[in-house]
Amino acid sequence: MEFLSNYIYYIGAFGLIFIGLFIILVKHNLIKVIIGIGILDTGVNLFLIAVGYISKGTAPIFSKAGLDANNMVDPVPQALVLTSIVIGVAILALALSLAIRLYKHYGTLDLRKIKEQRW
Amino acid sequence: MKKIISLILLFIICLGIVFCLQDIPFGAAKTKVGHYYIDNGREETGATNIVTSVVLNYRGFDTLGEVTILFLAAIGLGAVLATLKKKGKRQIEPASLILKTGCRFLFPLILLFGAYIFIHGHLTPGGGFQGGAIIASAFLLVYLGCRERKINEVANKITESIAGLVFIVMGLIGLTVGGHYFLSNFMPKGEINTLFSSGIIPIIYIAIGFKVGSELTGIIDNLMEKS
Repeated sequence: MEFLSNYIYYIGAFGLIFIGLFIILVKHNLIKVIIGIGILDTGVNLFLIAVGYISKGTAPIFSKAGLDANNMVDPVPQALVLTSIVIGVAILALALSLAIRLYKHYGTLDLRKIKEQRW
Repeated sequence: MKKIISLILLFIICLGIVFCLQDIPFGAAKTKVGHYYIDNGREETGATNIVTSVVLNYRGFDTLGEVTILFLAAIGLGAVLATLKKKGKRQIEPASLILKTGCRFLFPLILLFGAYIFIHGHLTPGGGFQGGAIIASAFLLVYLGCRERKINEVANKITESIAGLVFIVMGLIGLTVGGHYFLSNFMPKGEINTLFSSGIIPIIYIAIGFKVGSELTGIIDNLMEKS
């Protein structure tokens, strides 16, 4: 139980990552695979933010006087996640446009039919 | 069959991650550089939002790469969808009066909120990327609500290019005048916690706001018109 309360954010983040990976591995519909990529992206962002968290910390913004600098969370992972979110949006948009082209060309979004696989 | 193999594979990865994570305690400080930024960020950059000072000042070069990736994705999306035949005349069913009026009422307010977010990027949570996304959502509202309207594509591209140029030119001026590195803060930092402070950070965030807003609007335009 103590393990659960200590690592609950890590467990949630990796839960999202594994759900995303499972969708990517198993599903045959291209739109579902793209949704899986989105979920995986969210999990990675959540994990980075959880790594930077400091117990009982506040946001690293000196918006009013009297905020304790020792009590703030790490700003570096937050800046990295800001970058990562924007890149995630770009990847999703590009993947959706490729899905549109594939649908126009093959008439289906089923990956088995597109790649002519058996399973 | 495929599901079972995937589950076994994921279970093996999960075991490896559990062993790694036991060395990363939750809730303890892990990097020294983060504490350096918190202690010295206000004096060195003049921004009260430390995340902004990391994104635009200490690691401004990364942000340039990020903006470039967004630009490349928008260009790639346009190129992938460019050869599609346009569906003749789109069957436009005019929206109802209530929807149209609400749209017209909300559009300037959303634009104002987006501008507020990216102008105050160095003081409050937010910044160019978030404000740009809010501005793009205003244009998405126009596309969904007032369906016969369309954005001006040429003006969109010109805004995007000028905003990108402003970013790079500010960086190059910093390289030549201010110091020895790209995007060095050469303008006066002003009084901390006021709107006109922290040198080049607000200027670059305004440029990023316009760039991200116009780029996402272009993506929305491409996806709505050509698909």
